[in-house]
Amino acid sequence: MSILVFVEGDQGKIKNSSREAVTYASSIDQSSVVALALGSFEASELEQLGTNGANSVLHASSERLNEGIIQVYAEVLTKAMEECGAHTLVLAKSALGDAVAARTSILSNAGMASNVVALPDLSDGFSVMRSIYSGKAFAHVKLKGANRILILKKNTVELKTNGEPAQIVQFSPELNQEGFSTTITATERVSGEVLLPEADIVVSGGRGLKGPENWHLIEDLASALGAATGCSKPVSDMEWRPHHEHVGQTGIKVSPSLYIAIGISGAIQHLAGVNSSKVIVVINKDPDAPFFKSADYGIVGDAFEVVPKLTEAINASK
Amino acid sequence: MKILVCITHVPDTTSRIAFVNNNSEFDSNGVQYIIGPYEDYALARAVELKEELGGSITVLHVGGAEADPTIRKALAIGADDAIRVNAQPEDSYYVAQQIYAIAKDDSYDLILMGRESIDYNGGQVHGMVGALMNIPSISPVMQLNIENGVAKITREIEGGKELIEVPLPFVAGCQEPIAEWKIPNMRGIMSARSKPLQVVEPVDSDTMTSTLKFQLPPAKGSIKMIDADKVEELVALLKNEAKVL
Ligand SMILES: Cc1cc2nc3c(=O)[nH]c(=O)nc-3n(C[C@H](O)[C@H](O)[C@H](O)COP(=O)(O)OP(=O)(O)OC[C@H]3O[C@@H](n4cnc5c(N)ncnc54)[C@H](O)[C@@H]3O)c2cc1C
Repeated sequence: MSILVFVEGDQGKIKNSSREAVTYASSIDQSSVVALALGSFEASELEQLGTNGANSVLHASSERLNEGIIQVYAEVLTKAMEECGAHTLVLAKSALGDAVAARTSILSNAGMASNVVALPDLSDGFSVMRSIYSGKAFAHVKLKGANRILILKKNTVELKTNGEPAQIVQFSPELNQEGFSTTITATERVSGEVLLPEADIVVSGGRGLKGPENWHLIEDLASALGAATGCSKPVSDMEWRPHHEHVGQTGIKVSPSLYIAIGISGAIQHLAGVNSSKVIVVINKDPDAPFFKSADYGIVGDAFEVVPKLTEAINASK
Repeated sequence: MKILVCITHVPDTTSRIAFVNNNSEFDSNGVQYIIGPYEDYALARAVELKEELGGSITVLHVGGAEADPTIRKALAIGADDAIRVNAQPEDSYYVAQQIYAIAKDDSYDLILMGRESIDYNGGQVHGMVGALMNIPSISPVMQLNIENGVAKITREIEGGKELIEVPLPFVAGCQEPIAEWKIPNMRGIMSARSKPLQVVEPVDSDTMTSTLKFQLPPAKGSIKMIDADKVEELVALLKNEAKVL
């Protein structure tokens, strides 16, 4: 009985969050982890999943799978579960993973939990702890039925990197024509930047930055730290920054090791997207800004003075 | 254009989250309930599409009578009629089965909902309904236009967006900036009172999950303040104490 892990790529590289999902599965049963990769990948990239805990990699390399069409992917995931007799499917939270897994749960008759934050409890059936109310609480949920699907939040396990390279097995499921009625006509994305949900460090700016022309402050600090950049909702509403950087209740929920908030007041809806960060640093000129109540480290000061100094200090400390 | 908008009835985003009865139940004491913000976006876009293309909007909610004011608000915003499936929304699977039971016989061109509810953050119902109906499901949708029976969609992906074309009907899990939230006006509120709200009994369905108990996160420790002139101290703390650099 194997555990199937759906892994996603980003510009040819397997995402770190997917590698974490492989490690998570191997922590449940280290002898039976099969990673599933769809579309074109270099063999070396897939073999390396073994170091994270995969025993083998099922590779459906058809070019028709290079685009993530939700309906098509859900059918392939379901067939892959059957192919390797997997009763458990694990994947990392992502825009594509969430949408695909939901369909797959119906096709594979699986109970499903998203935003899982810990290893399952197998003492009485199969239950998991998941984050709810946008990180403000947790629920312990029992998954019924013969099959189950778990979507993991980032940083749920420590990534394993010391395993042996995995064997790649080709997988050529029949692709149902129906799903291809959906066509992806274009993809627009930034290149070369750390993706926000994948990032281990996030530097976010709010309305306190005064305008998009000042974002170099955020970007310089982020590049000194190898971090992704985020923003508050008004900042993306005013189009100072693209929408995919919007963090919070109605935006991206992040759980990095370090979240640095600059010129963000700390409204409850913003906190909902960041409260599972390990460490939070707040820089705000108002000592009464609510964000200080939810932070680990704080500096009261003007971002335009403090941030360049901080960037310099980080560069100097390397 | 016949549009079905499925809405949740959830605690306001500023609600204090607490549990009662030995952490087995949500404490709804003093909590204000709203249409989920993502469904509010979906509904707002449905109203715009109806203005542009004509047609009708039905709102659907699976839940008890306590949600009726929330449903009336959706009618005030611009839906034409409403259906409430009179059952507690036990889990995503159960809710999806109820939506499917309503939608399978009424040929909707579009089924809109939020990308996820803000209470359980499951993000599953749109995909489940799509799979049950065997039609496409797309999420998270940040733009939606209909041209000659084909939907042109912008879907958010990590670091950018994807442009998609999909024939009707399909299910969309919506998010901003698909439309601006609409505030009901006086006329909307008055007319909502007389719009039909049909209450139907649920179909038999299993659940696939059950909640054992709830838990609150540990309280944050106290904050350490660093002088604005001593940023190197912050760097040292992040390195040596927090160990995140
Ligand atoms: C249903 C709903 C959902 C929402 N979802 C989200 C969400 O997902 N994400 C989100 O972010 N918001 C969300 N909001 C909005 C939220 O309530 C706040 O309005 C928003 O987070 C405020 O953004 P801000 O902190 O950038 O701006 P402000 O609240 O205006 O705060 C700016 C801060 O910058 C500080 N400042 C100003 N100048 C300087 C300077 N020179 N140096 C340092 N600091 C400075 C100020 O002291 C202030 O604290 C939502 C609201 C609602 C109603």
